[in-house]
Amino acid sequence: MNYFAVWTIYKQEMARTKRTLFQSVVSPVISTCLYFVVFGSAIGSRITEIDGVSYGAFIVPGLIMLSLLTQSVTNASFGIYFPKFIGTIYEVLSAPISFFEIVLGYVGTAATKAMFLAMIILATAHLFVPLEIAHPFWMLLFMVLTALTFSLLGFIIGIWADNFEKLQVIPLLIITPLAFLGGTFYSISMLPPVWQTVSLFNPVVYLVSGFRWSFYEIADVSVGVSLAMVGLFLGLCLAIVWWIFRTGYQIKS
Amino acid sequence: MDPMISISGLSKTYASGFHALKDVNLDIKPGEIFALLGPNGAGKTTLISIICGIVTPSEGSVTVDGHDIVRHYRATRSLIGLVPQELTTDTFETVWNTVKFSRGLFGKRSDPAFIEKTLKELTLWDKKDSQIMTLSGGMKRRVMIAKALSHQPQVLFLDEPTAGVDVELRKDMWGLVRGLREAGVTIILTTHYIEEAEEIADRIGVINNGELILVENTAELMRKLGKKQLTLELHKKIDAVPAELSQHNLELAADGGALVYTYDTQADRTGITALLRDLHEAGIRFRDLQTTQSSLEEIFVSLLRTDT
Ligand SMILES: Nc1ncnc2c1ncn2[C@@H]1O[C@H](COP(=O)(O)OP(=O)(O)OP(=O)(O)O)[C@@H](O)[C@H]1O
Ligand SMILES: [Mg+2]
Repeated sequence: MNYFAVWTIYKQEMARTKRTLFQSVVSPVISTCLYFVVFGSAIGSRITEIDGVSYGAFIVPGLIMLSLLTQSVTNASFGIYFPKFIGTIYEVLSAPISFFEIVLGYVGTAATKAMFLAMIILATAHLFVPLEIAHPFWMLLFMVLTALTFSLLGFIIGIWADNFEKLQVIPLLIITPLAFLGGTFYSISMLPPVWQTVSLFNPVVYLVSGFRWSFYEIADVSVGVSLAMVGLFLGLCLAIVWWIFRTGYQIKS
Repeated sequence: MDPMISISGLSKTYASGFHALKDVNLDIKPGEIFALLGPNGAGKTTLISIICGIVTPSEGSVTVDGHDIVRHYRATRSLIGLVPQELTTDTFETVWNTVKFSRGLFGKRSDPAFIEKTLKELTLWDKKDSQIMTLSGGMKRRVMIAKALSHQPQVLFLDEPTAGVDVELRKDMWGLVRGLREAGVTIILTTHYIEEAEEIADRIGVINNGELILVENTAELMRKLGKKQLTLELHKKIDAVPAELSQHNLELAADGGALVYTYDTQADRTGITALLRDLHEAGIRFRDLQTTQSSLEEIFVSLLRTDT
């Protein structure tokens, strides 16, 4: 293992974030505040409680998941697409590092950034509503696994994309709708039975449910199932990355 | 001596079906400067990219210092520095950081003293904190060289190092290349220009349409090129070279209207004086005379012509 090279990629990518630190911190803080104003206050005045938790507090895990998903995907996809686009990928490809180490460097950075933002959102939310975290270890585990899985997905998208539209189409057309429809702002049990069944095909439901459980011990599906599903997606993404490595798909001609 | 780089039966077919390299065989000796000469699209970059791990070979194998580039890629890539043809850098990055990054990628601890020395040699020291986008093209080219040298490679690939480079920088660059060679670095460079290859290289390989058509010592090639031709336009046509002139290397040309004498400019005696005396004695009179030297360019063009 060329750990030093992985560390070098990691540091460089983190430094790139620093250059845009202000917008990467300020924009999620602002949007979180907006969500609280719009959903927390407007809807919260009608739905006061879900399963014994105030509506404002109820949506916090969902909001964090929403950012974690979108940030992981966009960070990772852009992180690998950018060197491909400007051509500096040659350097990484000609260095004595394995594909696994490249993935580790880029995915690691994307996941770190996404988790950093998730923490900021958690802190911001704390200003609006009192929060309790029943199972901090599980919360962290769900966060790490989700960030890793979706950073891997982002990496795959970044490798696959050969133009900017492709880079944005999946986050925009798939990730965001799934996140919004995945029980971020409501409990699945509030839906009509048909839609409850449909929702079970949405992977985000499992993430949000498990994550919310780690806060309030309330869940739409059991925690074990949530964890298994996260593991499944992680395995799936790893398998695709492995296949990319075997075939050199879209990175080596 | 074992070759530093050994290429055997190397072929590349791109996904588009394009056959960019065809059964290339070549050994590069340790410590030599090798020039790959060929027109646009000949396959020079493809060849370099395969050795460096950027493009996957379709057939054949390459070893660097005895290690296979696919199976032992860590060993081979650690030895290689690459200056690509395109000036691809992260333009927001500073010179210092980008060079430091390159070194780190190769798994080497940061060595500020070495990077300082490299940047000074490339007269980039006062630009070390500048963002790359604020540099001129020639400076960017030097940054690419600094990046390639940052991990102290044993083999250096320079893909068209003089594209967009002025005379002064070119001189500096050759100085640097010679200095590296003295330090034992093997250097492979590509160029479109024969004079350039002639100026710097120990050996020259000519590549066209993906085929390596000639590999020759530069000195040997120069000796062949040392041949000159003297053309004598005759007053009267003759049917054959007269017997009394047979000891001279003469050929009849222009339907008997001219005699062509081929000689070696680097020989002690060119034989011109004797030829002219013998011509006079044989009673052959000439109207005009001219000498021509076949340039590397001509040889190159004729090689390419016979090839296609
Ligand atoms: N990724 C690719 N897919 C398909 N064809 C390619 C690819 N890369 C290069 N080629 C083709 O392979 C041939 C050789 O290209 P290469 O870049 O190796 O030439 P070169 O000798 O370096 O040329 P130049 O002097 O212009 O740099 C060209 O015809 C080019 O169009
Ligand atoms: Mg080229």
